[in-house]
Amino acid sequence: MQLAAIAEALSLSPDHGSFKDIEVKGGYSSDLLSDVMGKAAAKSIWVTNQIHPNVIAVASLIDAAAVIIAGGVQPEEGTLKKAEEVGIPLFTTDLPAFEVVGQLYQLGVRGTARSA
Amino acid sequence: MPAVGGLDALISVTYDIVANDFVRAGEAASKIKRLLQQLGVEPGIIRRAAIAAYEAEMNVVIHSYGGRIAANITADSIEILCEDSGPGIPDIEKALQEGYSTASEDIREMGFGAGMGLPNIRRSAEEFSIESACGQGTRLKVKILHKVGD
Repeated sequence: MQLAAIAEALSLSPDHGSFKDIEVKGGYSSDLLSDVMGKAAAKSIWVTNQIHPNVIAVASLIDAAAVIIAGGVQPEEGTLKKAEEVGIPLFTTDLPAFEVVGQLYQLGVRGTARSA
Repeated sequence: MPAVGGLDALISVTYDIVANDFVRAGEAASKIKRLLQQLGVEPGIIRRAAIAAYEAEMNVVIHSYGGRIAANITADSIEILCEDSGPGIPDIEKALQEGYSTASEDIREMGFGAGMGLPNIRRSAEEFSIESACGQGTRLKVKILHKVGD
């Protein structure tokens, strides 16, 4: 599924038109960075409540398709900066993580976990 | 750059790791990953090396007084060496248990300290060794083989 379509369907902010060609192959949700690092497959969309810059380091290392910060919390300044620097699409939403994952699932995005 | 298959010589890189610097944390692992990509290493192998390098780097950031990480890349293997200057691990067996962590509450709130770091590293590599003692530094060495697994 295309990231732009997901962003539109979930009304994620900011409203990005520039991520047209990013393919989302599945999803992963966790707030434990080592869990994401070890298990989330590449090209996943990652749903989290963590807001600090290391989220982007992890997302970049695992080749995540995008990060959604759920629950109405705003990322730290350094997180936004780093996301732009390394080219990871970063969205926020007021929806709680459970709702975000539910809506992604309804759109056809399935969980991705790699075997270690 | 040559593909790894044509890599004759050893390529080595070393990066310093600053304790408690959570903004730069992960940069050394990112640089190692980028180098492996440039060398044409297979993505599954890169992922395993990235996991090992990231977790090793974060352990130094979170638990140590500072240290450094090195990657030695040959045609056959990626060796990751991570050393810090202390304070050392009192009980290595415990530290290797999934879920065991000595990280503070503040660190855990950031999503670190899940007790998965060393287990993640061990699972990612064909060879794994860790040496540490209280009041001394910790030295971690892992080797990931290009031609095995994935």
